[in-house]
Amino acid sequence: MNHLVLLPVLIPLLSGSLLLLTGRAGKTVERSIGLVATVALLLVAVVLLVRVGGGELMVYYNGNWPAPYGIVLVVDRLSALMLTLAAVLAVASLLYAINGDDELGPRFHLLFQMQLLGINGAFLTGDLFNLFVFFEILLIASYALQLHGGGRTRVRAALHIVVLNLAGSAIFLIAIGAIYAVTGTLNLADLAVKVATTGVEQAGLLRAGGLLLLVVFALKAALVPLGFWLPPAYAAASAPAAALFAIMTKVGVYAILRVHGLVFGPDAGAAASLLTPWLLPIGLLTVVVATLGVLASRELRRLLAHLIVLSAGTLILTLGLDSEAATSAALYYTLNSTLVGGGLFLLADLIARERGEAQARLDREQTVARPALLGTLFFVGAVGVAGLPPLAGFAAKLYILQSAFLHTGASWVFSVVLLSGLLVIIALSRAGSALFWRTGKSAVLEAGAGLLPAMATTLLLFGTAALMLGGGMATAFTQATAAQLADRTAYIDAVMSNLSIVPSPHREGGS
Amino acid sequence: MEALLSVLIGVMIASAVYLLLRARIFPVVLGLSLLGYAVNIFLFASGRLQLGSAPLVEHGLAQLPDPLPQALVLTAIVIGFGMTAFLVVLALRALREFGNDAVDGGDKP
Repeated sequence: MNHLVLLPVLIPLLSGSLLLLTGRAGKTVERSIGLVATVALLLVAVVLLVRVGGGELMVYYNGNWPAPYGIVLVVDRLSALMLTLAAVLAVASLLYAINGDDELGPRFHLLFQMQLLGINGAFLTGDLFNLFVFFEILLIASYALQLHGGGRTRVRAALHIVVLNLAGSAIFLIAIGAIYAVTGTLNLADLAVKVATTGVEQAGLLRAGGLLLLVVFALKAALVPLGFWLPPAYAAASAPAAALFAIMTKVGVYAILRVHGLVFGPDAGAAASLLTPWLLPIGLLTVVVATLGVLASRELRRLLAHLIVLSAGTLILTLGLDSEAATSAALYYTLNSTLVGGGLFLLADLIARERGEAQARLDREQTVARPALLGTLFFVGAVGVAGLPPLAGFAAKLYILQSAFLHTGASWVFSVVLLSGLLVIIALSRAGSALFWRTGKSAVLEAGAGLLPAMATTLLLFGTAALMLGGGMATAFTQATAAQLADRTAYIDAVMSNLSIVPSPHREGGS
Repeated sequence: MEALLSVLIGVMIASAVYLLLRARIFPVVLGLSLLGYAVNIFLFASGRLQLGSAPLVEHGLAQLPDPLPQALVLTAIVIGFGMTAFLVVLALRALREFGNDAVDGGDKP
């Protein structure tokens, strides 16, 4: 058994505990611990990515309990890819934060590590209830990070998120209870086996459980009609927190891909292809609503928050196309949209700081202190997120449209995605000209931040260029990932392979 | 017993939804707690209901109870407790910021 798999959970947990113990040892100590832990996390994630790149599945049996009885952590290509993406985003956010944003409120670094613990755990786990637990860890850390810095708008947004997500957790538990009542197991691989053989008479409860799970994941991924909490919250959050939150909607999408792809796939008997009729319309609707939000925004951060919703919607509609090529396209799109989304949130904060009282409002005239630097970064980010050539956003969108070509809903996908792209370009060019050109006779304020935040922002925004240059490699990997996801038997076999070491199972599933 | 339990869960969830829709923070907290109780009973029932069974293990008993739902409920209780505590603290802070207890933080008292 390979203990490397446990490290992405262990590193944030231990460093978080260490941060709790060192208490108020000073910001240098806190920052060093946080930074060392996050960089170590990135290294581990890259090692895992290389290890599973060949197609191997790494399974970790906690406490060496055999598969359906204990909790397993599983690393496949998808998990490793998401872990790496989260770690890159975390390193950049932390580099940005240690320039001073971490002092706006207490215990930033502790909360940051706990947030990473929840995110990594959700990507690793192979157990439905364990997924719930990691979701809760991720959520409670995100509530506190949302509040980081204080202020009325943050308190209001946090209150909404907490109430909504508590209701969401209740629905998650009801779904788990319903599924457990039918199948008698919560291990995802075992569930896939049991669900496939469930009789028609119990399929109703099972399908209800599966669809309730969609409600929960859609709330996390901010899909219509459950996503209206996101724009005010992310627009109010402090920059490093908002940048890290760019991966949070992707956790919801990941959960849909993992749980529904594995358990309610095409060969799931009476509950087969449970989500196929739902995902495409929900995704299309989310894209439409988010595009309207982007157009209506009068503040840069709110505009970016709507763009996050837009990317989640695009992902869901791509997954709704229900083909291997579409899954691969969705993964490539995830990489690009997460990096650029996070980078733009950091950039928006840089811009807001240099505009004094005007903040990032688009209807106020105020010049920035470093128009060349920030303008260039904004241009790169806007091109990357809107999907214009020559950056990876364009390739990702092309890839999605290509995979939609033979689908019966192709006309809807093409018209919605292309039209929304055009409107996003209009909104972004309007925002850019308002921020950098329509400056009136305003005085130049001093540059608020040093070089480090700009570097962190550049790192994320130029991720889209790197994804374009390494496009062949990236798409080869996402294709292999999609193929691995489609091969459910391999996943089930890998997880359940150690069942033979049990002398006699005490209990049959589904008592 | 199944019918009684399902009616009970139904009534609790209905009351919880009513309280949640009041959009005042105290009823919302109560509603979420009630929702948590209802969900816990539901989870507990997912392991099937039995009368006169052993609490966990007893030799010679053919029908042993399912221990997993008990573990799930325990975890759910702990998590729900922590979340509710956080919500109450947050609500107090919101009360101080806005001077009222409306969930949407309207500026009118």
